Amino acid sequence: MKKYCSILLTLFTFHVSSFTSKAQDINQLVEQVKSKLNVVNDYIAEGKMKTDIAFIKAPVGKIRIYFKKPDKFKLKRETGISILPKGGVTMNIGSLMTTNDFTIIPAGDMLVNGIKTKVVKLLPLNENSDIILTTLYIDEANRLVKKATTTTKENGTYDIEMTYGKFSQYGLPDKLIFSFNTKNYKMPKGVTLEFEDNATPEEKANMKNKKGKVEITYSNYIINKGIDDAVFKN
Amino acid sequence: MFTLLRIEIYKIFSKPRTYLAFAAITALILIVQLGLKVDGNEYAAFVLADLSNTLQIDGKIINGYFVCYVVLQLLLVHVPLLIALIAADMISGEANMGTLRLLVTKPVSRSGLLIAKFLASAVYTIILLIWIAVLALFVSMYIFGTDDMFLLKNNYAVQIEKADIFWRYAGAFFFATLAMLTVAALGFFLSQFADNSIGPIVATMSIIIVFTILSTMSIPIFNIIKPYLFTTHMVAWKEFFDVKLNADNETIAGSLQRGDKIIKSAAILVLHIVLFVGASIWVFKKKDVLS
Repeated sequence: MKKYCSILLTLFTFHVSSFTSKAQDINQLVEQVKSKLNVVNDYIAEGKMKTDIAFIKAPVGKIRIYFKKPDKFKLKRETGISILPKGGVTMNIGSLMTTNDFTIIPAGDMLVNGIKTKVVKLLPLNENSDIILTTLYIDEANRLVKKATTTTKENGTYDIEMTYGKFSQYGLPDKLIFSFNTKNYKMPKGVTLEFEDNATPEEKANMKNKKGKVEITYSNYIINKGIDDAVFKN
Repeated sequence: MFTLLRIEIYKIFSKPRTYLAFAAITALILIVQLGLKVDGNEYAAFVLADLSNTLQIDGKIINGYFVCYVVLQLLLVHVPLLIALIAADMISGEANMGTLRLLVTKPVSRSGLLIAKFLASAVYTIILLIWIAVLALFVSMYIFGTDDMFLLKNNYAVQIEKADIFWRYAGAFFFATLAMLTVAALGFFLSQFADNSIGPIVATMSIIIVFTILSTMSIPIFNIIKPYLFTTHMVAWKEFFDVKLNADNETIAGSLQRGDKIIKSAAILVLHIVLFVGASIWVFKKKDVLS
């Protein structure tokens, strides 16, 4: 009996110490990613934005993105109207990780686009936070977040996938794909004043795709040159 | 012919009622512009309410191009009445005043006379549309500025870039001219059969109202006859404000989603104009003018 107890105790101790060690590793990894992102106090990024939503026909537009620590974010289309997923989505990992106001839970390994990543779950400690859970897929070797899945109270779940290039030393992506769920679109004819329905059944079926995507391809970043707060006001 | 045309244009523009149309158009457009200037954001919030649940749409939604589209949607249903007021009076008005018999005694062919009268009503129609374009498009651009157009269709929404819009309005106004000339030709044709203006004006409007209702009702039995109603084709100007997508789901600047529909509808309207004017000449040439 004593023997079994000592084996169980050894196993439990091993499991606890292994979990503690994993948690420490993950905490260290998140800290490393954060320290990389913390180098960037502000940036202005230029790029192109493509809105790919089944029921919206929108052109690709030139955009300018402004970010300032801790969480100031503004996306401006150079000309015209911009269509973004609702919820003030920051499309920016930096703002997710600039605080320590979350609990880190390790959740194993996973391949993202063929690259081995560490899966980390971030649970906000603030009960009033709109974010319920964020799952990060971190490329351990390069200390880069390859993918993030965030579940919010108000705006559902969305995914951000990032591809890195020349600004990877700052943890800033060259390309970002933001995926989110959309609702079915149907406008009353009294609002549109379009009484004829020209769409073919095939076109109507395509428009019922409920996944929307916003793709941003960055061409340049201007980092740590200072940004006036007025830019972030509407 | 040119002298005849000048005389007919003079006759049209010497009647006070001709200016009623311009006054009515001006009042209607200014009312819409005033409303959108004062409460434009509320209007935008109302029409975008469904999309706003999932999307955040930033930019100047209520801009000159958008306002012009709203005005045209509201107005092009009512402008036929103002066109009919003049076109349906061209022959019957003369008959009513007792000047038609005198007119046909002049040394001009009946065909020439009829063509000059129709061309005069066409000139009136075109001037009225130019006036609408000036007020609805250029004045709106001045008051509201310009930006991309964001339009809501029944099954989808379309964003058209600012630089890709103006030519679409040129096309839409050209198409609207064809549509209104069809109304003018119909009124002109009915004008042959009465000795006072009220009958042809009311008949023209009645035909347009009935046909428009049939064109807009989504009832299967009416779908069979819809392609044969000219009112179905009169609204094809809206097709200028829809764009094609490429394989990557990006809009193609300068494209039209249903360019073939515009061409087909324009051809059908031209055919109606030719038929109505041709029938008018044929009837008038055989007519025993007694009034």
